Parts: sequence; structure tokens; C-alpha cells
Amino acid sequence: MNATLALVAITLTVAAAVLVGAFGNRLSRTTSDFYVASRAVSPGLNASAIGGEYLSAASFLGVAGLVLAYGVDMLWYPVGYTVGYLLLLVLVAAPLRRSGAFTIPDFAQGRLRSMGVRRAASLLVVVIGWLYLIPQMHGAGLTLRTILGSPTWVGIVVVAGVVLVAVAGGGMRSITLVQAFQYWLKLFAIAVPVFFLVAAWRADGAPEVLTEVPPEFRERTTVTLSADTLIRVEESVVVDADGTLDGRPEDGAVQLPAGEYEVSAGSTLVFPAGATVPTVSSLPTLSGPEWAFPLSNGQDQPLYRVYSLMIALFFGTMGLPHVLVRFYTNPDGQAARRTTLTVLGLVGVFYLAPPIYGSLGRLYTPELLLTGRTDAVVLALPGALVGGTIGQLLSAVVAAGAFAAFLSTSSGLVVSIAGVLSQDVLSARLGSPVRSFRVATAFAVVVPVLLALGGQRLGIASMVGLAFAVAASSFCPLLLLGIWWPRLTSRGAIAGLAVGGGLSALAVLTTIMLGPTGGWTGALLAQPAAWTMPLAFVTMIVVSLLTPSHIPPGVRRIMVRLHTPESLDLDRGQNLTGRGGRWP
Amino acid sequence: MTDPVAPRRVVVKGPTRTHPVERAVPGGREIDEQTGVGEAYMGSLMRTQLRLALKVLAMVLVPLALLPLIFAAFPLIAELMVGPVPLPWLILGVGVYPVLVFVGWRFIRQVERNEAEFERIVSQR
Repeated sequence: MNATLALVAITLTVAAAVLVGAFGNRLSRTTSDFYVASRAVSPGLNASAIGGEYLSAASFLGVAGLVLAYGVDMLWYPVGYTVGYLLLLVLVAAPLRRSGAFTIPDFAQGRLRSMGVRRAASLLVVVIGWLYLIPQMHGAGLTLRTILGSPTWVGIVVVAGVVLVAVAGGGMRSITLVQAFQYWLKLFAIAVPVFFLVAAWRADGAPEVLTEVPPEFRERTTVTLSADTLIRVEESVVVDADGTLDGRPEDGAVQLPAGEYEVSAGSTLVFPAGATVPTVSSLPTLSGPEWAFPLSNGQDQPLYRVYSLMIALFFGTMGLPHVLVRFYTNPDGQAARRTTLTVLGLVGVFYLAPPIYGSLGRLYTPELLLTGRTDAVVLALPGALVGGTIGQLLSAVVAAGAFAAFLSTSSGLVVSIAGVLSQDVLSARLGSPVRSFRVATAFAVVVPVLLALGGQRLGIASMVGLAFAVAASSFCPLLLLGIWWPRLTSRGAIAGLAVGGGLSALAVLTTIMLGPTGGWTGALLAQPAAWTMPLAFVTMIVVSLLTPSHIPPGVRRIMVRLHTPESLDLDRGQNLTGRGGRWP
Repeated sequence: MTDPVAPRRVVVKGPTRTHPVERAVPGGREIDEQTGVGEAYMGSLMRTQLRLALKVLAMVLVPLALLPLIFAAFPLIAELMVGPVPLPWLILGVGVYPVLVFVGWRFIRQVERNEAEFERIVSQR
């Protein structure tokens, strides 16, 4: 692939982010500047900004990658990301805006009048934010590797560096217009190539995606493996090898009977046209029907996994740290609802595209199943299918879109994490709020970088699914009960956050550290939401009922604030903003 | 990519309010003073809104939750082809999204009607 165009496109995206970080500092100096500027914009622009922040590497790269590898069941990911906004709309959006809280810890403290709940919520913001940041870093590493062939850590360090500079320098999120622009850039970058891809597929005679057999190489294909890889050959094949197979150096034609082979890093295999694509041992080899029809993709307990994933995504969206803060930029509760509905539409339109990439990838980039880097399908497909100058242009466009996705989501998350770290952990120790915010930013970036470099390599969208599982098991019950159930107590909230957040985080960490495992244990650990979310609800409710003396004073007034329209002249007590001006 | 329109500076203030004020709306005082009537107003508002929210969610979540079971129980449905595309792809890849937006739109109409009704009742007393 000619990398120059893509590199130019990425550089422009990155430069824009850094410049905006620098100018953002001058344009919006204080918290209220940020919010007031945002209030001068329309709900449509506001919704674009939310969409720009929400569509991350998981949406841009991960969904298509999962569809390529596992097929139709993975469509629940984009459906879940969108249904999450419907739940946010009907249960949370207006009351949360009316609460006046900027962040979940603010809401928790204001609603329950308890510093303990605030601390528990702050800890969870950091955990969820870091879990969500790791796959963004992986996505950046993968993108630069696909385009330039650079080692994975290069992309990780580049994105981390840009986010660090942009956020510590002024916060790129401070400008609604830029986040809104990021949404439209991402939509353009993923949607426009689709038309060219489909046209090229039709010009190719519209070959069947749904064939009876696993994917085949359509033409003589050269595959270079950049890491030691265990591959599974389904059908005996003669390859032209240059490298090390099962520890033996090979140079020339080799017959590979069906079986598993250890291929060393740097080896090159040339497959003849029509050969069945061997699969990396961590992915299933699926025939067309197994891939195209539900619940047959070779994972253990597919039905449980689908349901648990649905619970995590449906109920997790409302608890994502970078989503909530933008609700404050709506003038009132009704505007918050309308903005949320617009986001629902914008996000839904975006998700029409990734399944098309994943499907066409079965035909035109099947070698990704062999290297295991299925998340690269969005990046690789335009070059492989369209080709020529147009193919290079399209590759550059998707690469820029992918970087926009990493940068906007990562900076939103880093601002949220750094805000919590600096206010609740560092500011007492460091004194100056600006200094503590900068130290916190560095900390917020460095930890997920280390985890991304060290941990097991899970799919980008699966990894993001884990962050949703923790959010669904902790902040979802906190928000829903906090908004709709006056009898929630601080004790109940803390117990529920500890049980739900603790257990789901534990399950997730086990999966990250040990890698995915099979059987019921593997399914329960890889998709914990189905058991941790109900457990969190039950704990919060039972403990609250047992500690009625801890119902916060003034809860009636708070309910008035949360649920009555602003146009009514009523005594609503104080904003639930915790300790006043919160944002650095 | 700088912001071409410099944001206008506006002073933001919370409603400054010294204690008990005569409410323009009579029911407002009942809510402010948390009398039995005021509590009844609030309880009824929250119940109405929660019932609406749960109804909307049931309309969306129940069919969605049934889908995997239907696919598991009836392979004929799961493997039904609509032209070149299997039915599950059409439902999950395309069909869900307009339904979600439509349901959300209807919800907003109803929830705003509920709020207007609440204002009307509170003002009437």
C-alpha cells in the first residue's frame, strides 16, 4: 500500500487536534465559557458533538472486524450501542440535565449527600475510562501498522502523545464545533468508501459472500506474519514459504496437510488462488452458513453471550464517563431529550456501514483471518477491492477517520478521568488546580498505554464491551435508582457499586490478563453483565431498605429538581454539582 | 480549525431566590412546602413518567430480547433469505435503527405532553 497519502491524511487530523488544543486554551478559559459557548449552539450541532465523541475505535474499526471474524451475532454490538441511547433518552437524559450535575461523581454526591458515594463513583470513572482507553490505543497501533508496517507500539505512543498535549494544553473537547466536525468526518470516512466498495464488488460480478465453504483466496496472495502465529490449515495446500514453519527453516514450495502449524514472526507464505484460507488458532474457521446465520459462530454458550452482551450495551451507555458531561451543554431537560434523539439517529446512520465492510472482507481481505488482525478490515478493504489511485485515496480517508475516532474518544475520556483524579485524589496534595490537572492527565494517559502494551490482545469491540459491562453493573443502577427511587440510601449505593462494579471489574481483568477461555467459566467471565448487573440492583435495593435512616435529607426537593419541567416556578434547592465549580 | 464565531459572553446565574416567595402558580406552594397535596402531585408526575418510560422500553426491549430465542428455536426464520441477504442481517443491520428513532420520537411527544399536563394541573388550583 502506498502510505504517503494515508500518512498525510493522518497528519492533518493529528495536527488539527493539536492546534485546536492550543487555541482552545485561548478560546475557552473557564468552565462557564465552555458551557455558555455550548449553549449558544443548536441541538443538532450539540448532538453531532456527542456523536463525535461516542463513535470510537470500537465503532469505526472493531464492529467490522468482529463481523468479519464471527458473523451475524456481532451485529448486536452496534444495535446495543444505539439502544443504549434509547434507554438514556427515556430514563436518564432530562432528569440528569435538570440535576445540574456535570459528572457522575457530582450526581452521586449531590443526590445522596455522601462523600463516600462520591469516592466510589470516582474510582469507577477511572476504571471504566481506562478500560475504554485501552482498545482506542490498540486501534491506533493497528492502524499505523496496517498503513506503514510500523510496530504496534508506535501508533499507541503517537495517539497517547497527541491526547496528552491536546488535553493538558487546553482540552480539545472544549470546542463543541470540533467534536461535531469529528462526527461528520467519521461518517464521511466510513460511508463514502462503501459506495466505491459496492460498485467494485458488482463490477467483479457480485460474487456470493454466503458460500458453503470457508473463505478462499481469490487470487495468488502473499501473507507476511509479523508475530509468531499458530495457524490452522483446514485443507491441504501447497504454499511458497520463506521463513520458519514449526521451527524448521523453509525456502520454497511446502506441502501443508490439514493441521496446526507454528509460523515464526517475519515468515512469508504465498498461497495459490482458490486455496482455503487457514485461520489463526484463536479465531474459528466458519463456513458461509455458520458465519451468516445466528448462534453458530463456534463460541461457547452463544445464547448466554448474546444476552449478556445485550444487557451490558443497553444498560452501560448511560454510565460512560465521557457521555454524561455533554448533557450539561443543553439549556434544559427537554432540549436534552431532543439532543439524545438526534444522537440516536446520527449513531444509527453510522452503523449501517461497518457490516458491509465486514461482509466484503470475507471475499477480498480473507488473509486477515490468517494474521488474526481482523480489526484492520476497514483500513485494508479499499486498497484490496478498489485499488488504484481511488483505492489509495479511500484508504487515506478511512485512516483519517479512524484517527479522528481514537483522538476524539480518547481525549473525552482522558478529560473525564483527569478531572476526577485531580479533584478527588491529587488537588489536596498538589495545591494548584492547573498543576494537579496536568499531572492527572499524564497519569490518565500513561496507565492505559502500559496496559495496552502489556495485556492480552482482545478484539477492539470486545474490549469496549467489557467497559460497558462494568458501567452497566455500577453506574446504571446508581443512576436509575437515584433518579426514580427516593428510598435509595448512601449505604445502599456504596454497597451496590462495590458488589456490581467490583465483581464485573474482576471478571473483566481476569479476561484481559488470561485471555479468553472456553466453556461456561469463560462465557461468564468474558460477558459478566448478565449476572453482575442484577446483583448490583439487588444489593442497592436490599441494603437501602435495611438502612432507611441513611435516606438523605431533602430527597423530596431533589426529586422536584429532577422531574419537574424548568418552566414551572418551584423551589428546587441547590444544583447537584457537589463542591461547586468543578471543571478545571 | 479554529472556531470562526467567538462565543458570546453571557453571565450565567442560578435563580437567586430569597425564602418563601408567593408562587405564581398556586399548586407550586403545595410542592414547595411539601404538603400532602404537593407530595401527591410529585408522586403522580413520577409515576406517570416512569410508566411511560417502561412502556416504551417494553415495546423495544421485549421484541429485541425475543430475537435470539426465535433464531435459536426456528432455524427456518434465522435462515430465511430476503433476496441475497439473510433476514437476521436485515433486522439487526438495518431495520432496528429507524424503529429506535421512531419510538424515541413518539416518546418525546408523549413525555412533553405529560409535563404540560402537570403544569396545567399545578397551575389550576
